[in-house]
Amino acid sequence: MATLELIGIEKSFGASPVLRGIDLEMPEGEMLVIVGASGCGKSTLLRIVAGLERPSAGRVVLDGRDITTLDPSQRDIAMVFQNYALYPHMTVFDNMAYGLRIRGLPRADIRRRVEQAAELLGLDALLTRKPRMLSGGQRQRVAMGRAIVREPKLFLFDEPLSNLDAKLRVAMRAEIRRLQRRLGVTSLYVTHDQVEAMTLGDRLLVLDQGRAAQLATPMEVFERPADTYVAAFIGSPAMNFLPATLAADGTAATLETGALIPFPDGRRDGTNGRPLTLGIRPEHLALAPDGLQIVVELIEPLGSETVVHGRAALGDTTWDMTGDQTLVVKLAGPVPPTDRLSVWPMPTQIHVFDRATGRRIEPLGTEIVASPLARTAAAG
Amino acid sequence: MSQVLGIVGLAPRTATTAGERPDWLAHAVLILGVVLFALPVWLAIAGSTQQSGAILRGDLSLLPGSQGLAAYRRVLLNGELGTQPVWHMLMISGGMALVIAIGKIVISLLSAFAVVFFRFPFRRTAFWIIFITLMLPVEVRIIPTYAVMSELHLISTFAGLTVPLIASATATLLFRQIFAAIPDELVEAARIDGAGPLRFLRDILIPVSATNIAALFVILFVFGWNQYLWPLLVATTPQLDTIVIGIVRMIGVESETDWAGVMATAVLALIPPVIVVVLMQRWFVSGLTEGEK
Repeated sequence: MATLELIGIEKSFGASPVLRGIDLEMPEGEMLVIVGASGCGKSTLLRIVAGLERPSAGRVVLDGRDITTLDPSQRDIAMVFQNYALYPHMTVFDNMAYGLRIRGLPRADIRRRVEQAAELLGLDALLTRKPRMLSGGQRQRVAMGRAIVREPKLFLFDEPLSNLDAKLRVAMRAEIRRLQRRLGVTSLYVTHDQVEAMTLGDRLLVLDQGRAAQLATPMEVFERPADTYVAAFIGSPAMNFLPATLAADGTAATLETGALIPFPDGRRDGTNGRPLTLGIRPEHLALAPDGLQIVVELIEPLGSETVVHGRAALGDTTWDMTGDQTLVVKLAGPVPPTDRLSVWPMPTQIHVFDRATGRRIEPLGTEIVASPLARTAAAG
Repeated sequence: MSQVLGIVGLAPRTATTAGERPDWLAHAVLILGVVLFALPVWLAIAGSTQQSGAILRGDLSLLPGSQGLAAYRRVLLNGELGTQPVWHMLMISGGMALVIAIGKIVISLLSAFAVVFFRFPFRRTAFWIIFITLMLPVEVRIIPTYAVMSELHLISTFAGLTVPLIASATATLLFRQIFAAIPDELVEAARIDGAGPLRFLRDILIPVSATNIAALFVILFVFGWNQYLWPLLVATTPQLDTIVIGIVRMIGVESETDWAGVMATAVLALIPPVIVVVLMQRWFVSGLTEGEK
């Protein structure tokens, strides 16, 4: 158990920068999920913490000790890999015990630790098996057992669930969370799966092209995404984005149809006509007469709710389809087959972004709660 | 790997495709192959039990002759035409083949290990230099090799017989391919577990590639056993004659050749490689069928 601090981590492979200055502070016992599209640098960041890569600049500090240049084995960390990386010729017991043997622990200690971990993970009966005789979920458990027996200061998870089938993934997700809470070990978890990110993390670090787009709790990321990248990444189905301009002295936005959408949460900075992007989640659109007209293209009934894919005529009310905007609406309950719907955003659920930078625009007078990280990223 | 299996005569079993082609045809082809391969061996066995004169006259019978195993006893213990007894030559051959096979495996394992897992200057160049020597078989470099051995005063020594044959581009290349196929994550897991390079080699790399090593050992042993040209040059005393050289020495030019003895020696020369193949085959085929990933 320990605190982890990343200070100005940068990494380039040749001329191409992968990480452009990541700062992060993790309190003891926190589970922090690093999430982002593929190629955003999330795995590289984890590998730098693990010591498998050297940063081009910046420092890694674990529990007050600068470990930037230390060998992975001296860092007091444990890592769970995507493809488990179990030693194929060793039994489950030996797989877990190997690192301890190298460290020269007494046999009795090794046996005790491995048996404890095996019991915790329900692997007791499998200790003499070889990895190839195990199912994917069991292998994943062994990989976690190997991490647990080391009793490290820091757990690193590199997309550990992406090789499992959907059902098992949900079960293992819960198990990882339960274990991490129980053991209280500070953990970094890398994933591209936003559901995993939302459910597992105490906090999320959303990476976008090597920059920290946002560092906040999952609910904060969901409710107040720092920019359009984060907004589009978190939430399913993804958020709808509508081009608009600032109107009515910052208290509303005008869509290209001319429709006026008021901001009940406060005035936004800027003069009338400032180009904006409005973000509205599919579940925050409701049926309303005389709202945005949607030509329905596809209705997906999911049982308790229905997802409607369509096109909103924004430029022209005469249903000229050129330049129209796809729009996804998630409605409670079943929706009868129809060609057209009229919807309107729920008033408090509108996200306002600057169209040029993609950054979130908060109402004037409200404290910007975005993390210091997000602000430095915005400045840079 | 299928090539290796082919060498030891274990064709991969395919599912029987009933109705597509008649079974007898497949069997006929196989039987023809067996006869083709087995006939010379049988001739040697049959010849070794007959009177030398019969072979010389050219009426070699396909049935075992009247002499039984007399020729075997003769050559094993005494040798012919001034050669060492066959048991001695078998020892030399066996020793040479073992040293060459093990030496080749050790050297190429280590060099492939270096080439695959370490970053050092001119790594690629080093690999390519090794790779290019594939194009230089023993015969091509035999004169310079002889000169070097002569400078080192290793002519007519066991070291001179074996050491020059140990460097192996083929085996290095093979190990490189095997090691390159090992997932990076496995290497990284070992690093995090604290395994240093040699520990990683011993605890993970060698066990993981054990079946490949076994297969390679078979091939290299047979390669070493069959060496002819180099031992002919470098072994100038009969004390160092290998069995392959011995067979040739037994076929006298001016004197009458004991053909039964030659045949018996040839049959004896066959046995050790066959034993190695059979024993190792069991070992690495079981490794394969266990489905090591």
